[in-house]
Amino acid sequence: MDIAKLTIEGIRAGLKAKQFTAREVCEAALNFAEAENPKTNAYLHFSPERALAAAEAVDAKLARGEDAGALAGVPVAVKDVIVTKGVRTTCGSRMLENFVPPYDATAVQRLEAAGGVIIGKANCDEFAMGSSNENSAFGPVRNPVDLERVPGGSSGGSAAVVAQGTAVVSLGSDTGGSIRQPASFCGVVGVTPTYGRVSRYGLVAFASSLDHIGPFGRNVKDAATLLEVIAGRDEMDATSAFAPVPRYAEAMTGDVRGMKIGLPKEYFAGLASETGDLIMKGVEALKKLGCEVKEVSLPATEWAISCYYIICTAEASSNLARYDGVKYTMRSADSKTLSDMYRNTRGDGFGAECKRRIMLGTYVLSHGYYDAYYLKAQRVRTLISRDFQNAFGEVDALITPVSPFPAFKLGEKLDDPLAMYLSDIYTITGDLAGIPCMSVPCGATAAGLPVGMQILTNHFQESQMFRLAEAFERAGGVAGA
Amino acid sequence: MKITEEQVRYVADLANLRLTPEEVSRMARDMESILGHIDKLNELDTTGVPAMAQVLFDAEETATLRADVEKATLPNEAALENAPQPGGGFFKVPKVIER
Repeated sequence: MDIAKLTIEGIRAGLKAKQFTAREVCEAALNFAEAENPKTNAYLHFSPERALAAAEAVDAKLARGEDAGALAGVPVAVKDVIVTKGVRTTCGSRMLENFVPPYDATAVQRLEAAGGVIIGKANCDEFAMGSSNENSAFGPVRNPVDLERVPGGSSGGSAAVVAQGTAVVSLGSDTGGSIRQPASFCGVVGVTPTYGRVSRYGLVAFASSLDHIGPFGRNVKDAATLLEVIAGRDEMDATSAFAPVPRYAEAMTGDVRGMKIGLPKEYFAGLASETGDLIMKGVEALKKLGCEVKEVSLPATEWAISCYYIICTAEASSNLARYDGVKYTMRSADSKTLSDMYRNTRGDGFGAECKRRIMLGTYVLSHGYYDAYYLKAQRVRTLISRDFQNAFGEVDALITPVSPFPAFKLGEKLDDPLAMYLSDIYTITGDLAGIPCMSVPCGATAAGLPVGMQILTNHFQESQMFRLAEAFERAGGVAGA
Repeated sequence: MKITEEQVRYVADLANLRLTPEEVSRMARDMESILGHIDKLNELDTTGVPAMAQVLFDAEETATLRADVEKATLPNEAALENAPQPGGGFFKVPKVIER
């Protein structure tokens, strides 16, 4: 068993042929993860007791001849903004350093019910705010492809563990690109499903109208299988969708002949770079598979960054108001009054990026500014959403880059928050419209840095998206061009 | 657009956030550059465009209301396990009312 290369299918076959037990896979994954972690800091903590109990339950079911589930014995990492009962959930923040949740997120319950084995919690930017994973209070994550570089963010740990092979699949969260951008930087598959496709119950809230839970995998099928397990209506999240969850594997036929692909011209203007060249090579490969490619226009794109950073900071300032020293573990000592206690706890507990977003959000919502900022941004959000609806009237899927550049060096962009925000341009639009989007590996630069191709489809058209991604992967990615 | 340190302190006050003097001056610079970019939105005419207050709503009318069935809630001890300062089944905070 080569633990770093296992797939969901490989584990299923190995368990069936009695090549190994779920407990053996779990122990191998835990040992490998603990040995590798000093290099990348991708895990914040491990959950060996819970993992071994889950693995033993899978072995017991198999011994009784029962179906052990779609994820039977599969080692999974969970981003540390998703709550796990009895297992510390820090959100990468000093504020929650000692927080032990009293319940499980719905996605966590579902993946364990399907036989998944949670081996640990993945590092991330504090409260999922960042694009490099350098905003974690517990140290940055290093990219396993090149340890001098960032893994992307905010789900940097979730991407790194899958790239490293210390977990087979993982859960991340995406508010403005936090799954797709690290997936592209680390050379793995990362999926942001339709808004409401996966319950947000137990996902620590950052910007509620934009937050998604989604999967990472080393191939399209693994990511799709994890999504299928966690998706579906949940009465604990009123925004979770009733739409039935399809069998995604059935869509992955390898046949994409006649599929209509749109290239949004606004996303390719000025993209004269290795990244742009690789994406165009990816498009050539799709043409060879029989896709029809045409240019489309998403004219509201230029307003997307402003729109996003108003809405996400406004919602964040409201969601993070709950960390005030009363209920969640941390309280600054020597606060004589209630007001001092709030201020000191929040001043001590939050890092620089959280403070910046709380301040921006409080500013745009403050008296006299609501119409000019928040309401204006909501109107612009309608325009961005309409652009996509218009495009999907003409084509089945859109292809774009995920990030303007590949993984950068640690510290390189840390001093310029605006430049970091501007780098989110290709990923935030999908979150604003609530449509499914993913990053699929699309070759590497001359320096060996992975580049991801983004695929976007209309609401609840994940099957279509997976069909295209898996056909591209099956044909060898950019090598098929 | 200019953001003064006084404005930063006012907003920090609204957000119940203690900032050091160094943080205040850095915040003024960062907010000025980010809001300067964001302000470009005002060049866009959005007259007559509805606000997108809801991302998706595919449910039947009232279908999001669950059945009104009594269910166990989080027990008091479990809810207080993460309390910085529990006491008598409550979250304790510094004195609010003088008497």
